[in-house]
Amino acid sequence: MVAREQFHVELKKVTGLIIELAEETERALQQAVHALYASDIELAHKIIEDDVDVDRKEMEINEEAILLIAKQQPVATDLRRLIVALRISSDLERMGDNAKNIAKATIHLGEDHGLTVHPVIEDMKEIALKMSDVAKKAFENEDITMAKKLAELDDKVDNMYGEVVREMLEETATNPQKIQHIMQMAFSARYIERFADHITNIGEDILYLVKGKSIDLNQ
Amino acid sequence: MKTPIATSEQKQSIPKKETDTILKVSNLSIFYGSNQAVKHATFDIDKNKVTALIGPSGCGKSTFLRSINRMNDLIPIARSEGEIMYEDVNILNKNINVVALRKEIGMVFQKPNPFPKSIYNNIAHALKFYGIQKKKVVDEIVEESLKKSALWDEVKDRLHESAFSLSGGQQQRLCIARTLAMKPNVLLLDEPSSALDPISNAKIEELILQLKDEFSIVIVTHNMQQASRISDKTAFFLNGDVVEYDRTETIFTNPSQQKTEDYISGRFG
Repeated sequence: MVAREQFHVELKKVTGLIIELAEETERALQQAVHALYASDIELAHKIIEDDVDVDRKEMEINEEAILLIAKQQPVATDLRRLIVALRISSDLERMGDNAKNIAKATIHLGEDHGLTVHPVIEDMKEIALKMSDVAKKAFENEDITMAKKLAELDDKVDNMYGEVVREMLEETATNPQKIQHIMQMAFSARYIERFADHITNIGEDILYLVKGKSIDLNQ
Repeated sequence: MKTPIATSEQKQSIPKKETDTILKVSNLSIFYGSNQAVKHATFDIDKNKVTALIGPSGCGKSTFLRSINRMNDLIPIARSEGEIMYEDVNILNKNINVVALRKEIGMVFQKPNPFPKSIYNNIAHALKFYGIQKKKVVDEIVEESLKKSALWDEVKDRLHESAFSLSGGQQQRLCIARTLAMKPNVLLLDEPSSALDPISNAKIEELILQLKDEFSIVIVTHNMQQASRISDKTAFFLNGDVVEYDRTETIFTNPSQQKTEDYISGRFG
């Protein structure tokens, strides 16, 4: 019999909740970008409402992790696993907020803004979702090679964000009356860039979990 | 007056150097008959630090601790190989003065074992044994020892009552005071608070942290949290081997050996 079997079961439960939360934030981003392109105000409102579930799940993970720390007094990898659960859930909650902010930008833009949403925003979202998928697998398998890949993908998102902002600035020069709308688009790109940054943080958490030391993936 | 634990001839001719090491254990093996309880243990114990020895029952940690003040001499089938160097003397040397050694390397056991005497005489008895007779001096040492063991305030008005009138935690602090009265350099503690309630345990832990300014402490404990709270270094014993010896912080956050991780995480079995 494996000692502390119940503790193992409870740790697995926390891991499962984190994966569920990651999937919820992916869904939120997917829908938020779709609502942005489709000017779907109704969907944007729904995304904002659904963010409450993300916040609730983050709290649930925190409570489970704190309870396990108190009850089981874990050390070494077990302790790191719970510390990392707290950190990851916080990043995921912020990722949910970023998706929510894109939905708010969509509402600000309204249905008839007359602008074309920059195609790179869609590409940024695709890479961010790929990053989330990589992060989930790296977390579940404690795979540091996969976790390190997140930095490269994040660099791509950062470069795309730079490109979007440059082009938006140019557009403000040619289309100054639309500056408010263009700003909302640029913000949306920024929210995806931040979403990806949080996934990179998760990659660092996975490295900490496995290696026991803090490693900056952005360096 | 300090009784030498070894004559100059018995001292080995190794150069004296400034070091933070109080005990240097080299290739120490301890046998009970044909059973090897400790296998080639080699590590230095730091001066004025707390060193915790952890490991499952029967791993050799208490045997190791007892060898540091030659308590294993009391077991006829026990024999040791290797060295434990203390002040340039191998304390395993058969010819050393064991009584003088135990004065410098004191020990406190798992179960409080006060003498069936008054609180005062529990401490004074040993002093008298070592020739300290003057009442004023004895009084001073009794008070000083009880203060160092954080017991003075609780017993100063009833020093002549039986030691058995004290609670378990107080009795254990009295045993520590009795050891401190000998002004040892090293304090060996064999699960000193395992028989105590959480409050008494906390007092013993506080006491250990205070005492390390003056003494070098080696403690055997089954309580992982206790080891992580009070020790500077930790040695993990398993089946007689020292699997890992490192800073406590490292042992409890990121040990290098999987066996250590499994043990401290409670995954043995």
